[in-house]
Amino acid sequence: MLDSKRIEISGSAIPLRGNDIDTDRIIPARYLRTVTFDGLGEHAFEDDRRALKAEGKLHVLDDAKHASGRILLVNKNFGCGSSREHAPQAIMRFGKGIAAIVGESFAEIFYGNCMMLGVPCAVVGASQMAELMAAVEANPELTLSVDVRTRTVSAGKLSVPFEMPEGARAQFLEGNWDTTGELLSGQAEIRATAAKLPYFSDFG
Amino acid sequence: MGKTLYEKVFEAHTVRKLPSGQYQLLMGLHLIHEVTSPQAFSMLEERGLSVLYPNRTFATVDHIVPTASQLRPFQDDLAEGMLVALERNVAKHAIRYFSLDKDEQGIVHVIGPENGLTQPGMTICCGDSHTSTHGAFGAIAFGIGTSQVRDVLATQTMSMSKLKVRRIEVNGKLGAGVFAKDVALFIINQLGVNGGVGYAYEFAGEVFDRFTMEERMTVCNMAIEGGARSGYVNPDATTYAYLKGRRYSPTGEAWERAVAYWESTRSDADASYDDVVRYDGAEIEPMVTWGITPGQSTPVLGKIPLEAQFEESERESVREAYAYMSFEPGQAMSGTKIDVAFIGSCTNGRMSDFEAVLDLIRGRGFKVAAHVKALVVPGSQKLRKEMIALGYDKIFTEAGFEFREAGCSMCLAMNPDKLKGREVCASSSNRNFKGRQGSPAGRTLLMSPVMVAAAAISGHVADARQVFGLAN
Repeated sequence: MLDSKRIEISGSAIPLRGNDIDTDRIIPARYLRTVTFDGLGEHAFEDDRRALKAEGKLHVLDDAKHASGRILLVNKNFGCGSSREHAPQAIMRFGKGIAAIVGESFAEIFYGNCMMLGVPCAVVGASQMAELMAAVEANPELTLSVDVRTRTVSAGKLSVPFEMPEGARAQFLEGNWDTTGELLSGQAEIRATAAKLPYFSDFG
Repeated sequence: MGKTLYEKVFEAHTVRKLPSGQYQLLMGLHLIHEVTSPQAFSMLEERGLSVLYPNRTFATVDHIVPTASQLRPFQDDLAEGMLVALERNVAKHAIRYFSLDKDEQGIVHVIGPENGLTQPGMTICCGDSHTSTHGAFGAIAFGIGTSQVRDVLATQTMSMSKLKVRRIEVNGKLGAGVFAKDVALFIINQLGVNGGVGYAYEFAGEVFDRFTMEERMTVCNMAIEGGARSGYVNPDATTYAYLKGRRYSPTGEAWERAVAYWESTRSDADASYDDVVRYDGAEIEPMVTWGITPGQSTPVLGKIPLEAQFEESERESVREAYAYMSFEPGQAMSGTKIDVAFIGSCTNGRMSDFEAVLDLIRGRGFKVAAHVKALVVPGSQKLRKEMIALGYDKIFTEAGFEFREAGCSMCLAMNPDKLKGREVCASSSNRNFKGRQGSPAGRTLLMSPVMVAAAAISGHVADARQVFGLAN
């Protein structure tokens, strides 16, 4: 599956400032009343966007300058809160489709959910993020490149190393981040492990 | 060198190491509900897969349940559609389902323990971040996303990295009017909302040793609010006494074998930890949040901290919190007017939470302030019936509380229980995020159930120790 490889993601970026942006802000709970993930994109960050609009201000996601954004730039502890996969699903479906997220740090469940969906999350230092955000704000057209091979985010003259566990990196490069097939291939081992656990047989 | 419970249980459930460097981990108990499972079943069907161990998954409905009337079809078509999808999926895949007409129905993190499904030494997952609650029994329990729900349905396993373990000891004694919720809010205040990223939290010390199972659940429930995906307490006599005789608990000779297994999973005395922190329980005060993260809190008699008291990198978030809440730095929290009071949720919707309040209001003529709407929402049908049998519903309604049907209710407001406009809610739930309780401008103050009751009666945030005359 060639198209499942995530080797280099390039495009313009959206600088979304703020620490501790939680999943209720990413997708308000009222949009979880659904049995699919379709249509979530347009509701991403809806309450934050509306609140700013009411004050006569523009949320960065509503800024036409960033309308073609494919890479989301965030600060610390992004995606904290609930385990709802609706959050990364909404982000993936926003606008032209967000294909990678670069941030100072991510909440654990959110990070894992992105991984399962083939959306690389790259972790960079605080000062590097400040530089990246400033560069994108100064020039919204700037093309960023998230290179999973070299673990580098580049933007014009800037080149910033990012952290990503080796296992995750390999899964993106090889295109096997969708884990179901691999997990299923271990059926014999699954049953053997279950057989050793006393509670799987109700301690019988 | 000994091992922690986390290491022992992780190793016992490791199927194999995957080429990615992660581990394939077997799941002992999988809980599902209506919000995060329908897409997982769709994915399963698209791939032509079936459920590998249907007897290890249990389903209930909780998030969308109306608490005023549970008559079908629900008035909300979207909620009704979710329930219909769940009913179809559990029937098709032969998964046991605690439907609305059953005593076992309720908030997934209340009914797991209540029915004895949650046991020590298990791995437990659910498409819900507050799955950490089940760690109170000495299980490794954590929230997962919908694609992982798919994996667990198809393989009973998921791909995971091993976490580090931080032991958090609280020793000494808690003062009068200080509850498990205050301990949870205090720990998050100290270690930060992302202090636990990459860690499982082992809660220990004299305070946890003395805690009941329900108190342990309250703290483990909020491990995720401190960034730790899992939190646990080592199983002990309190754990076993709670489990004995529950519907899905082992019986007869199997009980003895079970206790032996559970005991073997306890952290060894010489286990090594990646980090250890210790607190004195006597220093913990009744807590209340003032901001938009569960870490932005203060002792109830304290003041909202000044910007200068935070590190530079935190200050923007702090300014955002002042602005959203319309609070001034340096302002006292006590006296803050509230509009709504909510007692319930997977954090504090259990019998002891309601009894703690009842013990203080019974026969003393306390009434909810005229301008306050106060909800009491039991965590399960079974609990609700027990409360009615004991006459608790009458005591609450006579004091001016609304006694509702079981469900998640106003914790996340996916059902009709929502704040309006900029209302302020004193809430026993777990999150004070912007818009969390259903109004995009609504404001949440997290606190213990007894503090919520004190606020409901006073009409404003108040020190429950003063309102109810509590002294050490």
